[in-house]
Amino acid sequence: MVNREAVNCEQVWREISNYVDGEVDSGLRAAMDEHFHTCVRCASVLAGTRNVIQLYGDERMIEAPAGFGRRLEKKLAQSARAGGSRWSSLSAWLVPVAALALIAGGLRLANSVTLSPPLKVEHAQPGHNIPPDMVVVVAAGSKIFHVAGCPFIHDKDKVRTLTAKQAIEQGYTPCMRCMRKYLETASLGRSGPGTEADADLDADEDPHRGGQ
Amino acid sequence: MAEPNVVLNNPGQAGTTREQDLIARVQRGQNELFYELVRPYERRVYAAALAILRNETDAEDVAQEAMLKAFANIRQFRAEARFSTWLIQITVNEALMRRRRERTVVMEGIDDRRDEESDYAPRDFADWREIPSESLERKEVRQKLAEALASLDRKYREVFVLRDMEQLNIQETAEALGISVASVKTRLLRARLMLRDLLAGGWEQGWFSRLPFEKGTKPW
Repeated sequence: MVNREAVNCEQVWREISNYVDGEVDSGLRAAMDEHFHTCVRCASVLAGTRNVIQLYGDERMIEAPAGFGRRLEKKLAQSARAGGSRWSSLSAWLVPVAALALIAGGLRLANSVTLSPPLKVEHAQPGHNIPPDMVVVVAAGSKIFHVAGCPFIHDKDKVRTLTAKQAIEQGYTPCMRCMRKYLETASLGRSGPGTEADADLDADEDPHRGGQ
Repeated sequence: MAEPNVVLNNPGQAGTTREQDLIARVQRGQNELFYELVRPYERRVYAAALAILRNETDAEDVAQEAMLKAFANIRQFRAEARFSTWLIQITVNEALMRRRRERTVVMEGIDDRRDEESDYAPRDFADWREIPSESLERKEVRQKLAEALASLDRKYREVFVLRDMEQLNIQETAEALGISVASVKTRLLRARLMLRDLLAGGWEQGWFSRLPFEKGTKPW
């Protein structure tokens, strides 16, 4: 640690942030206190640093766009109306259960989302048993949602993340490739674990994809 | 840890009885109360997302996603943590995930290791003794402060926002960003000193109390 007698301007500047945060030991603090009494420049740096913290720490410095709160409230209300009560109350244990179910290859999730958006493209299917809080991505200019990393996302520069539940509510339908296991379950009534579909989730390594 | 010797504006310091009551009720299924619970923090959540993403549309999107995620996982919240910190950490995580998918940021991250080791010497020694907090009433001043903050490299900006604006402590800031405590301290030091330099010139010229600027006057 810095010796009390040896503290100089450079050492003060190096430690001034810790000093303000109370993160220096008593010996260094005493040495810095003494330095501030004799060094106008360092005293100015200390005062300025405190002012920076004071100014930016003020609540008035944190602003959000006009209408942000209203939009957020609306979004939360929509979420609650669209099954939020059941969803949120179950989600604490559903997430690990869903993860285990996926690992085991089983897709019989009790808490599934009923998909009934208008079909946007010819081959779109509604899908079944998609975990509502599964994280999916959508891209601008398309109404398909994907697993992150799916190579069939057309405009990867403009992707955003949301939950499957949100995507469905916003009229998105599942990708035929990366979400196929859910589509097959829907269209063929199969309820098997879908090993083929699981393989497809690792779409980057599927040599058959490219020719689609 | 020793107490800071500067009093910070810290609205989320501890869960109030009312907040704890709201949390308990939402955890029991009164979902309609969730917005009431998070409303005091909605701007802070947005600001955290904006600090990382630097895009207002993305920041709002991520802020909403973070709130929905907090809503979905409210039962996992434990009373020993600060609710505001928990919310901010979820937000930072969501924002970082979003940013990882943005290719442009890869380029911005190249300089991540620069300047970490070298010391930063203050460049301006203007006497800046007064605390001009009343000047924050003016939108122009807030705008100038925001511009100064936005001019920092992201590694400094993120740490500064989480520590000094969102009021996370050093450890929480390190955990939220996935960096070491030592890195937080180094970056925080530089961020504070750089902002001081950016603002000190303006303070010396009196722009905190003399707005709008005269034509041709440098505001800083």
